[in-house]
Amino acid sequence: MITHATAAAPGAGFRKFFRRKEDHAGSPRLTPVWTFVAWLATLAFFAPVAWMVLTSFHQEADAATNPPSPLAPFTLDQYELLLGRDITPYLVNSAMASVLSTLLVLVLAVPAAYALSIKPVEKWTDVMFFFLSTKFLPAIAALLPVYLIVKDAGMLDNVWTLILLYTAMNLPIAVWMMRSFLAEVPKEILEAAEVDGAGLPTVLLRVVAPVAMPGLAATALICFIFSWNEFLFAVNLTATNASTAPVFLVGFITSEGLFLARLCAAATLVSVPVLIAGWAAQDKLVRGLSLGAVK
Amino acid sequence: MTTLTPARHALRRPPPHRPGRRETVHKWRRRLPLLPALIFTVVVTQLPIVATLVISTLQWNILKPGERHFTGLSNYAAVFTDERLRTAVLNTIVLTASVVIISVVLGLGLALLLDRRFLGRGLARTLLITPFLVMPVAAALLWKHAIYNPDYGLLNGTLNAVYRLFGAENGPTVDWVSNSAMPAVVIALVWQWTPFMMLILLAGLQAQPGDVLEAARVDGASALQTFRHITLPHLRQYIELGVLLGTIYIVQTFDAVFTITQGGPGSRTTNLPYEIYLTMFRKYEYGEAAAAGVVVVIGSIVIATFALRTIASLFREEVSR
Repeated sequence: MITHATAAAPGAGFRKFFRRKEDHAGSPRLTPVWTFVAWLATLAFFAPVAWMVLTSFHQEADAATNPPSPLAPFTLDQYELLLGRDITPYLVNSAMASVLSTLLVLVLAVPAAYALSIKPVEKWTDVMFFFLSTKFLPAIAALLPVYLIVKDAGMLDNVWTLILLYTAMNLPIAVWMMRSFLAEVPKEILEAAEVDGAGLPTVLLRVVAPVAMPGLAATALICFIFSWNEFLFAVNLTATNASTAPVFLVGFITSEGLFLARLCAAATLVSVPVLIAGWAAQDKLVRGLSLGAVK
Repeated sequence: MTTLTPARHALRRPPPHRPGRRETVHKWRRRLPLLPALIFTVVVTQLPIVATLVISTLQWNILKPGERHFTGLSNYAAVFTDERLRTAVLNTIVLTASVVIISVVLGLGLALLLDRRFLGRGLARTLLITPFLVMPVAAALLWKHAIYNPDYGLLNGTLNAVYRLFGAENGPTVDWVSNSAMPAVVIALVWQWTPFMMLILLAGLQAQPGDVLEAARVDGASALQTFRHITLPHLRQYIELGVLLGTIYIVQTFDAVFTITQGGPGSRTTNLPYEIYLTMFRKYEYGEAAAAGVVVVIGSIVIATFALRTIASLFREEVSR
């Protein structure tokens, strides 16, 4: 069990991290046949996304043909129509809800993670697991009381309601992620800095920040992704003023009938910010998704 | 285990003494950075659950004002005897189990491939995580309209093209969503969740100690033997983690059901979150919705206990080093 334990949790400390990279580069190659299989599987998974993007550049008439006509002439009409008309306020709401909630999450999570790693409070693991357990509460069970409270407070259809809810939704993930990054700050350097009489701001700026910055960026990107994609609260707590992009997508179908090319353009447009964030954070993505349990 | 005894001995605490004033101040100074996050989390996540518990004991339908009163456990009785809710529980289990099992198997296959070097591996990985990043509502709409649609969806369109290629007049016009609603939802969700499983399992594979694999190779173990006796046992806790986290997220599926099938046809794809949503915003039976919510919370706590145990074991290993 003990050898197994050391094998299963990689990445603590830099030496270990780099050694893993080396092992990784030295891993065996796939044979040509398996390379073909790997690429076939990859393209099969990517095909729906490719189809969505392709359709978004077509005219409506070309998008809804049977059999499909992937080589129809390209156009930017759908994007022009969307951006020229009604999607913009929804995108603004989405951006506000996700960016502001992410900032709020970081403001709360970074000091908390500090108190759970660098200068840990007593029983800090219990606190960690309390945060984690809140992530496992199903949102649907909280929807009714949240709806009633928000309605009583006159906060229905208000972006700030979403900001607060998304902050609560992402805080446990951020605390866990930031703790795992701050725990990588070498203890010896921290102690040496303190012995040399460096004050807290100096320690934070010179010792902690350089190590924790990439982690902070990854945490922010992951919180952004989850808030940007959130649908349950957005659709049930907003109406016209504060609706976000996913609400626009579902409303768009019922109110306008179906326009396949424009739907694909809208779906592509709302997914782009998350695709960029996700690709940028892809090395740290698994750490966020597993709440810091896997690196 | 023998190695642990001296360690525990060394960790024995100094004799307890009464904390002085300075020590108390010191403790609170340490706790201070933690408090805002902790208080915020308690207020926003715990209070609604308490409120749900309270509401679940009330007879409360906003279409019948003035009739709000305490009814004890009768909402729970309704939840467990209501035909629709029992269907919803069953659908939730079928949906969650199928999505989790299929995406773990596919994710494992992809992770095994991506663990090896091949031409364009980095690009393949980037393309493979894309389905997970596409906004869930957008993905559901994409599957419903661009792929499953009987008239111009990609599925029937491709079938049609293939039939014509072989000289037939027209391909079949299958209404995928109505004919096989549950598989339609499952496939769309598997597409989104396989990358998640792949990422976790790939991280597990890459954490395998190289020397053990090397030793197995030197000892003449076949690839299959190495996989069964070394890789699979090593991956076990990563598979567990993927299954448990996946289950917790997928039990809560709302976007896909809301968008692709609206729970239909009939209630064939109505899962618990969607049923609770209907009870709340279509039937306005607040008490019953809250009781069903409590049932979901209890179910989640059961799964979460196992999940937390797995995370705790991974976590302890990390901290102990």
